[in-house]
Amino acid sequence: MAEMMYWQAILRAHDEEMARDPLVFAMGEDIGVAGGTYKATSGLFAKYGDQRVIDTPISENSYTGIGVGAAMLGCRPIVEIMSVNFSWLAMDQLMNNAAKIHFMSGGRIRCPFVMRVPGGTAHQLGAQHSARMEKVFMGISGLRVVTPATPRDACGLLKSAVRCDDPVVIIEHESMYNLKGEVPDAEFFTPLEGVEIRRPGKDVTLFAYNISVHWALEAAERLAKDFGIDAEVVDLRALKPMDRAGIAASARKTHRAVVVEEDEAPVGVGSEVIAILNEECFFDLDAAPLRVHALDIPIPYNRRLEKAAIPNAAQVVDAVRKLLGK
Amino acid sequence: MDASDQKRLLREMLFARRFEERCAEAYHERQIGGFLHLYPGEEACAIGVLEMARPGSDYVVTGYRDHIHALKSGMDPKALMAELFGKETGCSKGRGGSMHLFDPDVHFMGGYALVGGPFPLAAGFAKAIQMRGGDEIAICFLGDGANNQGTFHETMNMASLWKLPVLFVCENNLYGIGTAIERATVEINQYKRVAPYKIAAAQCDGQDIDVVMQHAEAAVRHVREKREPYFLELMTYRLRGHSMSDSGAYRRKEEVDEWAQRDPIGIYKARLQGQGLISDAEFQAMDKAIQQEIEEEIVRFAVESPEPRLEDVARYVYVEGGCAPWQK
Repeated sequence: MAEMMYWQAILRAHDEEMARDPLVFAMGEDIGVAGGTYKATSGLFAKYGDQRVIDTPISENSYTGIGVGAAMLGCRPIVEIMSVNFSWLAMDQLMNNAAKIHFMSGGRIRCPFVMRVPGGTAHQLGAQHSARMEKVFMGISGLRVVTPATPRDACGLLKSAVRCDDPVVIIEHESMYNLKGEVPDAEFFTPLEGVEIRRPGKDVTLFAYNISVHWALEAAERLAKDFGIDAEVVDLRALKPMDRAGIAASARKTHRAVVVEEDEAPVGVGSEVIAILNEECFFDLDAAPLRVHALDIPIPYNRRLEKAAIPNAAQVVDAVRKLLGK
Repeated sequence: MDASDQKRLLREMLFARRFEERCAEAYHERQIGGFLHLYPGEEACAIGVLEMARPGSDYVVTGYRDHIHALKSGMDPKALMAELFGKETGCSKGRGGSMHLFDPDVHFMGGYALVGGPFPLAAGFAKAIQMRGGDEIAICFLGDGANNQGTFHETMNMASLWKLPVLFVCENNLYGIGTAIERATVEINQYKRVAPYKIAAAQCDGQDIDVVMQHAEAAVRHVREKREPYFLELMTYRLRGHSMSDSGAYRRKEEVDEWAQRDPIGIYKARLQGQGLISDAEFQAMDKAIQQEIEEEIVRFAVESPEPRLEDVARYVYVEGGCAPWQK
């Protein structure tokens, strides 16, 4: 088991899959000669050449479409969008074509297409570089959407996505590329479906994904230490399809739930998880579930305002205390 | 091209015309729903270009006026009509409809509703061909209206930059739905718009199938041998409205009449008659046989085919039994 950074884990997944299958290729802005904005494709250009590691013009919608077309003929493209904010420009090809072709063709055409997007807020990048678009992707029938919270998952999810015959969007995180974590030495795959329990507990479940898993884990430590509350942290990981049974199983155990999301609240992961709790296990709950989320504003540039817009571990602690009356 | 091929081409165009007219009837009878965009007037374009390519081997993609491109690619007309009727035996199992015909078995990669959406898909097919090796090409048919989308310019740039073997065929019917080309586009000669991308291009009459085939042969050869894109603009005209809900009232009667004189079937029929290859009586017999086939085999098959099962409503969202390596 080696320790590596999130970006190194993504690079490893690329390398393993490209070495195995000559029809796997990567494309995106600055991913080749420059090695990628977050280094996640560094060295691949020299190793695999310009036919398989393609520096694209700044034409998100059409290079996404080229990836989709290639996937329809059996290639396995990994398309990187430099920032999730730019994927709005690629939405036509992603949503109207990639997500719907298998269905529209009555199952006759497959689209094994992978889109990688760095998402989330980083450090004062302003409103147009701080979008969290999980609510958009998870609302599109036909897509799979996954969110790695650790280097291990960053590697395992990309490998699974490349082998999967459905279109997959992987939402990475701009602030996590240098996050370190253990990654198994032997080849492994992380499921594109199902939740992962990051910390077992009995008093309350904190549902989180991507960076909010880390806020939840930090909050869980403080809740245990300062308030004697034993929180379970469930990494949703797959936002589409969402693991209804896994979500309900944890809530049935702890009887209380808080959803922690980096996104603003109206329409999104929090509302979806709470709807699932209502539908699956309402009578197992001892209290109405809460959500901790970003403010419903474009992300401001000013450092203090930016921090105020985004949730953190302290807000999670407060929400849990409110829920438990402690 | 010998006499039998010429007669076959005339028959294919006439078949296309009668097929579309029968679709219009079925639409009025509410057997076909949704939007329905028909091809009468433009038959020489799809049939002429694909005659010079390798239907079934080359990869074909187009927009929503897609019936005849699918047929000429090799799709079974029964599966096409059944799709329009929303039946399980349709080429897309009743999930696609008129605008979303698919038949990967003959490399017909689809009809698409978003104008300009297929440009990058076609370039993607060409990219896949390039990676796999082989001498197939991708052929993308779209109208003049699509050329004002960003995907046109983005895709032309990348197709040329990466030398992708894709033939772009622009069926210029002079209108983007109801807006005349000169009211929407500065450069109305579409083939000139790819010059900045250094893509070889030509413009020709799209009503005379011999002219279409002559230009298409050169275009297809260029793409297949040089392994780079080519842009062919065909000047054509739809004899009907944009879709069934469009009367075409924005076009002057004189203009429509003028183009009706240049009906591709009329032009080709006259030529074959001039060459003594077909008599009026033979043409009438051909027409009758076509209409009989459409009615007795094709429409009948569509009518008698089963609907998709309600319990299958959520199938095909994800690949069934698809690869899940984490389960191994």
